Amino acid sequence: MSNARTSQEIFEREFLELRSKLLELAASFDRMQRGPGEPDQRARLVALGLDILRDDNGDKAARIQVLFSREYSPDWRVEFGI
Amino acid sequence: MYYIDPHIHMVSRTTDDYETLARMGCVALSEPAFWAGFDRSSADGFRDYFRQLTEVEPARAAQFGIQHYTWLCINAKEAENVELSREVIAMIPEFINCPNVLGIGEIGLNKNTPNEATVFMDHLDLAARLGQLILIHTPHLEDKLQGTRMILDMLQSDSRLQPERILVDHVEEHTIKHVLDGGFWAGMTLYPVTKCTPQRAADMIEIYGTERLCVNSAGDWGPSKPTAVPDFMIELRRRGHSESVIRQVVYDNPLTFFRQSANFQFREPLDLDTALA
Repeated sequence: MSNARTSQEIFEREFLELRSKLLELAASFDRMQRGPGEPDQRARLVALGLDILRDDNGDKAARIQVLFSREYSPDWRVEFGI
Repeated sequence: MYYIDPHIHMVSRTTDDYETLARMGCVALSEPAFWAGFDRSSADGFRDYFRQLTEVEPARAAQFGIQHYTWLCINAKEAENVELSREVIAMIPEFINCPNVLGIGEIGLNKNTPNEATVFMDHLDLAARLGQLILIHTPHLEDKLQGTRMILDMLQSDSRLQPERILVDHVEEHTIKHVLDGGFWAGMTLYPVTKCTPQRAADMIEIYGTERLCVNSAGDWGPSKPTAVPDFMIELRRRGHSESVIRQVVYDNPLTFFRQSANFQFREPLDLDTALA
């Protein structure tokens, strides 16, 4: 189903929301930085997710979903003995 | 506009919520059997739950003109206990002919374990033997992609099952294509944090179209919004989509899927013109 809205129209409508979400992310990183110690290895996934946001490719939502997903093995039934 | 919520757990909601749903245009809903927030200690706990789903909730919904349908199973979280699961599955035929039962659901996987897969296949066998529709729960978060692929493997390896009689729920951006390409119905669940927002569901409608796609709130005892389907309708409207597109997703599609069950005796609400004719 095609979406008749232009990129500019979508940006116009979502600009304040985008700005707000960026600020939320920034504030989360600030809070972590102020706290003592380091976050666990999931922080690496978050960093990779930010890279996806900044690259030139599409399907960003699906690719971030896959980034945070466990791997599927087509041989799972053999591994389970089912 | 009238709408149908194909997946909402009203046992967890107040009577006020039924009234709110009715005010928002909800004319029918379906309530899959699910986890109560704690593991039940015996099959008798499920017997009482099935009575609640087949006797109590339809009467509560009817007070507000909402037609209540349901699905029966032992959910994936409790399916880790295979012995209990098989006792519950053996009890389901006692309730399967209750007038508001649409089929077996919401069955599926939770942590994608061998026991969950075993009980899932037991449920599939029951549905195939009884000729029932199937409603499927897919796991959350990092388990979703793997679990959805496993579920599709099991469905596609049972030649008795027809994809058009199965709805795979809680699809998101990384699982929706797998489900639709298999010929199954897909449900998008509008649920805070762990599932899909109305905006992302509207994006998926724009990418994949309206065929075999439904949306639901999955409102339950956790943080959830039983009126999430109207939020989705408003989002599509704000984007300029036609009323017929919105109606297909929130009304026509659930009707088409549910009408495959002989128990679905839906009474169309009369609009003013029809009532005056």
